[in-house]
Amino acid sequence: MLILTCPCCGVTGEETEFHGGGEAHLTRYGPGSTDEEFQAYLFRRENPKGVHFERWRHVNGCGKWFHAARCTVTLEVFGTYPAQTLRPPEDLLERIREKRPGWRWKDLS
Amino acid sequence: MSTRIATGGRLTDRTKQVDFAFNGKRLKGIQGDTLASALLANDQMLVGRSFKYHRPRGIVASGSEEPNALMNLGRGARFEPNQRATTTELFDGLEAHSQNHWPSLEFDIGAVNGPMARFLPAGFYYKTFIHPRPFWKHIYEPFIRQSAGLGKAPDAETKDADTYEHYYHFTDVLILGGGVAGLQAAQVAAASGVRVTLLEQSAHWGGRAPVDGGTINEQDPDVWVANTIAALQQMPNVTVRTRCMGAGVYDHGYVLGYERLTDHAPEAKGPRHRLWRIRASQVICATGAIERPLSFAGNDIPGVMLASAVRDYATNYAVAAGDRTVVVTNNDDAYRTALTLHAAGLSIPAIIDVRAGIADSPLIAQARAAGIRIEQGRAIAKVKGGKRVTGVVICAQAGSGGSLDDIDCDAVAMSGGWSPVVHLWSHCGGKLHWDTAQAMFRPDAERAPTGAEGTPFVACAGAADGYFALQEILNDATETALKSVTQCGGSVSEQPQTQGHSLPEAPLAPVWLMPQGATHDRRAKAWLDFQNDVKVTDVQLAAREGYESVEHTKRYTTLGMATDQGKLSNINGLAILSDALGADIPAVGTTTFRPPYTPISMGSIAGEARGDLFQPIRKTPMHDWHEAHGAHWEPVGHWRRPYCYQKAGESVDEAVHREVMATRNSLGLLDASTLGKIVVKGPDAGRFLDMMYTNMMSTLKVGRCRYGLMCSENGFLSDDGVVARIDDDTWLCHTTTGGADRIHAHMEEWLQTEWWDWKVYTANVTEQYAQIGVVGPKARAVLEKLGGMDVGANALSFMGWADGTLGGFPVRAYRISFSGELSYEIAVPAHQGRALWDRLLEAGAEFNATPYGTEALHIMRAEKGFIMIGDETDGTIIPQDLGLDWAISKKKEDYLGKRAQQRSHMTDPARWKLVGLETLDGSVLPDGSYAIGSGSNANGQAVVQGRVTSTYHSPTLGRGIAMGLLLNGPDRLGDVVPLNKTDGSTVEAKVVSPVFFDPDGEKQNV
Repeated sequence: MLILTCPCCGVTGEETEFHGGGEAHLTRYGPGSTDEEFQAYLFRRENPKGVHFERWRHVNGCGKWFHAARCTVTLEVFGTYPAQTLRPPEDLLERIREKRPGWRWKDLS
Repeated sequence: MSTRIATGGRLTDRTKQVDFAFNGKRLKGIQGDTLASALLANDQMLVGRSFKYHRPRGIVASGSEEPNALMNLGRGARFEPNQRATTTELFDGLEAHSQNHWPSLEFDIGAVNGPMARFLPAGFYYKTFIHPRPFWKHIYEPFIRQSAGLGKAPDAETKDADTYEHYYHFTDVLILGGGVAGLQAAQVAAASGVRVTLLEQSAHWGGRAPVDGGTINEQDPDVWVANTIAALQQMPNVTVRTRCMGAGVYDHGYVLGYERLTDHAPEAKGPRHRLWRIRASQVICATGAIERPLSFAGNDIPGVMLASAVRDYATNYAVAAGDRTVVVTNNDDAYRTALTLHAAGLSIPAIIDVRAGIADSPLIAQARAAGIRIEQGRAIAKVKGGKRVTGVVICAQAGSGGSLDDIDCDAVAMSGGWSPVVHLWSHCGGKLHWDTAQAMFRPDAERAPTGAEGTPFVACAGAADGYFALQEILNDATETALKSVTQCGGSVSEQPQTQGHSLPEAPLAPVWLMPQGATHDRRAKAWLDFQNDVKVTDVQLAAREGYESVEHTKRYTTLGMATDQGKLSNINGLAILSDALGADIPAVGTTTFRPPYTPISMGSIAGEARGDLFQPIRKTPMHDWHEAHGAHWEPVGHWRRPYCYQKAGESVDEAVHREVMATRNSLGLLDASTLGKIVVKGPDAGRFLDMMYTNMMSTLKVGRCRYGLMCSENGFLSDDGVVARIDDDTWLCHTTTGGADRIHAHMEEWLQTEWWDWKVYTANVTEQYAQIGVVGPKARAVLEKLGGMDVGANALSFMGWADGTLGGFPVRAYRISFSGELSYEIAVPAHQGRALWDRLLEAGAEFNATPYGTEALHIMRAEKGFIMIGDETDGTIIPQDLGLDWAISKKKEDYLGKRAQQRSHMTDPARWKLVGLETLDGSVLPDGSYAIGSGSNANGQAVVQGRVTSTYHSPTLGRGIAMGLLLNGPDRLGDVVPLNKTDGSTVEAKVVSPVFFDPDGEKQNV
């Protein structure tokens, strides 16, 4: 059972206090998008062995959504940050580069 | 025969007799016995039957690794199957029954499987029972079910009479195992001042050391153990528990402890088991090691036991497994058993040591000095006996089993070396490496489980880490503890000094089969898994048939799949498999170790969450009134809603019929408080709701209501309800009863993660208001009787709302209808809900005011063709399927689900669409009935062209009505289609409009 820290209220809690929400940093496609774009937005997901960016909600707490950078193999948590962003904070990316040299995730590295 | 030795028994008090019963027979034990030691003291060698062949089974081990001595314990509400006799502490009045035999333990009809064993090899069931296909259901499955299972299932009519609890615990260093390694690690860690928790699964501290001998600080290990635990118990930063097993190690330092509080004292008060939910910074597994059996013909006959267990019973309980015990071993440790028994005055006819030409180590020399016959380079060709051992045939280990000698004996103590208990280390991903010299898997500290920070959080100490000499164990425990303390940010200034001394041992010989060239009929009698009846030949057959992966072999042969999870069998089976495959043991690898370490009770997992505490029930302010007036409850989400209100002598159907007719004819009252109410407020609220709903909410006028549909981004209809515009930047969204929390979360998700720059605030105010539906031709009359605000057709027109007072209550009145009647929904602050309800009943008495439940609500909405989320929708239905195009804005560029509804599958004209269905004979269609098409599909099933989504008897129309989804439905009004019934017949129904009653809405628009 993971331990995560909510970046909004600062509480460090058990996984049961949170709820996972799948891949982070998706771009929404609506009317006007091609079938391929829309299908990819709805269904195509990263499934990395290693660094991953996920959405979580502090559902039994402050109720806020946030993002977590996590290793899917070792379950190491590199950091969490508020969901109101298009890109992970630079200091977090730097931390991941130190710990996992050469990592890639979509257009991040 | 097995018997009580005249003196000794370090864990027992023979002045205190304990009475118990086994298979109805009254037996006597002594204080401190386990059920296993007490059974052996009473010469009860036969304690059960194996799973597949129903072979006679005796006690093999002395701890939680025991595969055979499984018991049905207790009776009635305290009955529990599959309890290990070796870990069951004896108490007065204990009742045990052996398992898996019929009609009796001594004479078991199922044992005909035994001589048939050669026809029931590994994979037999898979190969045999597949053809012919129909035989499975009628012949094979009933037969297999008859013979399957070990313990009896508890009586379904009883409820567990005991209580259980969860306990949350936070610690820096958690040590699992209270043997010498665990105690040493604990005292080192505790000296640093960090929080230390030490758990021991048995009732006694010290583990094996007091039995195995040697000295600690030049004293008997018992003395050091007692002093150390006494000191630890005094320290404020230390928590210690016995009878508390580390059951599982999970991500980020989460550990489950399983404490058995009253199993040994059933009359004691308090919970029976306690589940410790622990968060530890560092976990030290000081879980010891388990001795391995040896594989030789007849090694499953009662009386063949682990050498360490024979020693445990003699030393701890003063119980002799036999008068004449042959010791068979590939290592020095088993000599300790011979010496222990010899010292107790018992006969050791021989020590059979497979190692040829080894120099005398101190233990061998001691045995020789005691005059014990030692046969080196020898093996057991076979064990003689049926329900108990009568002798052994010995042979050369190097040969194929030619008899060299027969030795009479009534017990065999075997030792195949030791395997560290790496289970807890492995639960969370700790890796192992193969130690060739000691022939065992041991933890690879370089590949430890890592935690949230990416650093190791589990370490092993002592025998669990692969160290067996006392000084090495103590050193390893000290080092491990120091590392763990450092990881927690602590440090140790003064290290407790502990010196251990044990006799040096000659190396073991890795022997996995005895003799080396055993013939097939001998290998077919050499058991690996005693509980599941897996033999050497089964694993070899699996290898021949292509099962190269250890995980596949496990499942094909059932090796290690019994309740002991292969604690004794896995390494031996693995060695046989790797030999058959011609591969190294580490290349074949182990199966996965999964929690719990030994089975834990379901009660402990549930903890307090049972009965009333299993799940909280949400109650409306009128709940008590419903309860007092015959409410027939229906669970809706976490709410309980009245399905109907039964009067004395009235059936459920009659009550529903009465409620519908009263509402249609005069006045009905509905507790609608459970409907979700979400306030959406802010400068961008209108824009936001235009994205949430399929229709336009931003253009709704203040004071008006609009019915809206919500879809997921996949386009599927997710919820519906009436939206009211409260003021310029405030809307109130009604949701379904079950949908309130989900829809509120859905709104928040989009607001927080997609449109976080929009200025919108949402609040779920569902429980802040009580809401009452006032429904029927007399609805206006009763509200006017209460008085206070104008509820007339002009002042409060259909789909309008107004604030005001009614009978002195501050209310918000919505003129909306889900029944097709003249209808108001009156919202008041929750604390006034019950008072308003009472007032309406009182004022409505002259109009026969009738409270109605959810079934009347459903029927009246179906009569009007209104859809219900969860009936007409199932997560695959889009609004267009339900003829709701009128509620989908054509003007809006975007809303959630719009793009998905343009996908080819969603616009397919062949999607089933909503219609009404009227049976020609007026009967009620079965729920979920399918409309049958013509022909059959590739699987030989009838082609279907639609299905029923809602079906009721309509009291208003006096006939069955239904709604359903039908291929080209709206184009087929007037057609007659066949629908299937549960008895296999069909009934014909006419396709009609889903609006069965008052299609022009004359009743609601008055």
